[in-house]
Amino acid sequence: MDLLNLSACDIPNLVKQKRVSATELLQAFWKRGTDLNPKVNALLAFNDDAEQRAKNIDKGLVKPGRLLGVPVVLKDNFCLRGMKTTAASRILENFVAPYTAHCVQRLIDEGAIIIAKSNLDEFAMGSSNENSYFGASKNPWDLERVPGGSSGGSAVAVSTRFAPVALGSDTGGSIRQPASFCGVVGIKPTYGSVSRYGMIAFASSLDQAGTFGKTVREAALPLGAMIHRDPRDGTNVDVPYSELLGGSQSLKKCRVGIAKEYMVAGLSSDLSRSIESIIKKLEAEGCEVVEISLPHTTFAIPVYYLVAASEASSNLSRYDGVRYGLRDIETPDGRPAADLAEFYKMTRSRGFGEEVKRRILLGTFSLSAGHYDAFYTKACQVRRLISQDFTQAFTHCDFVIGPVSTDSAFKLGEKTSDPIAMYNNDILTTPVNLAGLPALSLPLGLDSQGLPMGLQVIAPAFADDRMIAFAEALEALIDFTEVPNV
Amino acid sequence: MSDAFDVVIGLEIHAQLNTVSKCFSSASTDFGRGHNENVTAVCAGLPGTLPVLNKHAVELAAKAALILNCDIQETSYFVRKQYFYPDMPKGYQISQMETPIALNGFVEFYLDGDKQRVHLERAHMEEDAGKSTHYGEYSLINLNRAGIPLLEIVSKPEMTSARQAAAYARSVRQALRFAGVCDGNLEQGSLRCDCNVSIKPRGASELGTKVELKNINSFRFIEKAIDYEVQRQIQCQSLGEEIVQETRLYDSVKNKTFSMRKKEEANDYRYFPEPDLLPLVLDPSWLGEMRSQLPETPIAMFERFTEQWGIKADDAELLLSERELVEFFEKVVALGADPVLACNWMTGEFLRLFNEDGTATWDCVPLTAEQFSGLLELVHSKKISGKMAKEVLEEMWGSAKQATEIMKDRGLVQITDDTVLIKIVDQVLQDHPDKVDEYRSGKEKLFGFFVGQIMKASRGQASPEIVNRILRDKL
Repeated sequence: MDLLNLSACDIPNLVKQKRVSATELLQAFWKRGTDLNPKVNALLAFNDDAEQRAKNIDKGLVKPGRLLGVPVVLKDNFCLRGMKTTAASRILENFVAPYTAHCVQRLIDEGAIIIAKSNLDEFAMGSSNENSYFGASKNPWDLERVPGGSSGGSAVAVSTRFAPVALGSDTGGSIRQPASFCGVVGIKPTYGSVSRYGMIAFASSLDQAGTFGKTVREAALPLGAMIHRDPRDGTNVDVPYSELLGGSQSLKKCRVGIAKEYMVAGLSSDLSRSIESIIKKLEAEGCEVVEISLPHTTFAIPVYYLVAASEASSNLSRYDGVRYGLRDIETPDGRPAADLAEFYKMTRSRGFGEEVKRRILLGTFSLSAGHYDAFYTKACQVRRLISQDFTQAFTHCDFVIGPVSTDSAFKLGEKTSDPIAMYNNDILTTPVNLAGLPALSLPLGLDSQGLPMGLQVIAPAFADDRMIAFAEALEALIDFTEVPNV
Repeated sequence: MSDAFDVVIGLEIHAQLNTVSKCFSSASTDFGRGHNENVTAVCAGLPGTLPVLNKHAVELAAKAALILNCDIQETSYFVRKQYFYPDMPKGYQISQMETPIALNGFVEFYLDGDKQRVHLERAHMEEDAGKSTHYGEYSLINLNRAGIPLLEIVSKPEMTSARQAAAYARSVRQALRFAGVCDGNLEQGSLRCDCNVSIKPRGASELGTKVELKNINSFRFIEKAIDYEVQRQIQCQSLGEEIVQETRLYDSVKNKTFSMRKKEEANDYRYFPEPDLLPLVLDPSWLGEMRSQLPETPIAMFERFTEQWGIKADDAELLLSERELVEFFEKVVALGADPVLACNWMTGEFLRLFNEDGTATWDCVPLTAEQFSGLLELVHSKKISGKMAKEVLEEMWGSAKQATEIMKDRGLVQITDDTVLIKIVDQVLQDHPDKVDEYRSGKEKLFGFFVGQIMKASRGQASPEIVNRILRDKL
């Protein structure tokens, strides 16, 4: 049996019926990871408790839930009790979480095995994985290219078959963009549907946990367990559907919106051709394809970077070296910090990487007296307009489809010297986060360079179940079967 | 010299809301626990933790706002107030700014017989910080207080004297305590008061430079600190020195204020809406229900006692000094006791015994209202003399006995039978013929001497009223 390519959806039954043991499955993925991770640097640590967990499952000591025996990779910004949770930052290099994130606990409760923690841009800030303190993860389709970010490690892990599914977080595209770069499915649910408790915060009003899978159905499987009311997150809400995978969506008479602002001039010709082709296929299936407008898209990047950086500057204040994490208070001239200000300065200067510091400074500036109204307040106002664009658009269509990014994976180091070019990479994903909507990326095919391209599907808030049903229908139309050869 | 200036005082009172758990976490608020025992992952600001608003804290804040006659805001917002300090684990304090839970409002109180009203600007919810203790080379941090729910009550700058400010602060404390919102314990820090003090030339409309006084832990010290600060500012003015906007601490031992930090050093707090919490929306019908269930305020009680029941202002104030005392009093009156008589006994003998009793607490008064009202009934109907009643009360304190039982046991029943008393009176008069002559020749002061002798002969059991009547007849 090809254990590495089993569907996550089939594993629980196979394990329950003892046709596959959780231990052999784990070992297969473990071996794959041990062999290939040095090439792609997607995993930061294996979970030492996984083996015992698999044994317990095989002994029948674990309640057979919907994820029984399914190995899951966690982006290393999800807390798992007893294991290091670093957020790929030096400041948390040795931080061991004393508790488990709510959504991770849900997976465990359903029988999943947490196999490893994956690489990310430090504190999930980045679009290429190059901001990781532990070095960038690499794209399995071309090791000279970025896997995307910030959840690059999780996308690579699924693409390289280190696990059938993985968790990520999406603040401005951090699941969808790496999913598209790596040729896997990545789902970001509606803001508020997955508890953020135990997921290290980057920008609270935008952060949302989601999943990666080889297929839509596999990615939706763990997500269904993660969507669960948690009283420890005040922004967590009850969703209107009972089962994420319970929705149905016929392509006939389905109205699909194409945003003219997303088919921008900079879009690669391969991508635009592929999208044209899928539009034709949809029309042939009886879909009504309509052009819609999201007129404020052009403001998404400045708005997103102001809102996200402002919240981040505040969320990262807690990393001060007082209670946990790095404390490095020796000054360059070899004496201990003279006062509190120096204590903070030494620790935080050394604990955070360049990009994180850049965003803390940007956020601090935008929230400071005298600049607040011109930057933060203005950004919040325009955010509302971006959100209204979607409300308006969804009166004309059921879903919006379009590209995830303007091109396929770029080369490592290609954009590191130009932060604005790097930020602009997020133009097609950030509007969704600003509006709190569900969206996903699914493989659309390979471009002329042999790199995966992704198709984004955006749905109205809390229509996650319908979005997934629609994406499954799309997936069947596209029929993408390529795998990277690492 | 001080006549040349108007004094302007505004107070910011931080009242700890009386919850079992903290404002945004499930940690206990229990005072006096070991260092960092009341700390959860949320209180310690661990990565990935989130605040969740304590519903009870909101209830208490809304109740306080109603008691303080505020306009409750049906929608209010939390913000982050950001600054770095080791005892503030998240690097920001969750507070409220432009849209707090309550705006406006007023507090009324009596000062020297005058009813006064101080207006409020706002009352907002926030969390407390932890506590740092510094020891030369190192500092220790206790996060037990970090995240304790507070209501900050901000008065308008309209008080004009230290005495008025202290009276205002006392009445705020009293109102909150009576409503069960805050225990008002200044030593434990559950009530803290910052005073903003400025002076301006008499009659000037523009306010002078404001100085904030912090770290004042008693009402007496509020008065002293403000008085000192006013004098200091007047002196500054008269010497032509500039009064700088600053925060000063009050040293109660030296009775002086000294500078803690200048305004220029103040932080830019970079307030912004707390994205981890949704707007706080209060249901109008829930508020209406709460409004209808509000307890009577202390000032309303004061007016009822003094105006309807004829209790003296000083006594009423004493009764109202503790919520439990006045509750006991009200129970006794409800059982039928005369209010003035009950008040006299409560503020006199009752409080004396309570204070002398080392084990008595307000949670556990060693006397029931039924016992006490029974005794007062006997006093009222003159079945027992005041002196006897005091003895009975002492014996009743800590026992389950009723006054009538004790009287019976001790043979303390008052003699009201005319025939018995006439015999005693006759005997006394017979024993003191010379005094009888003196009295009859005009020395009326001796009446009291006869009463004393009769009481003595009756072992204090004779009814003084009947004795007076018989004695007057006989003489």
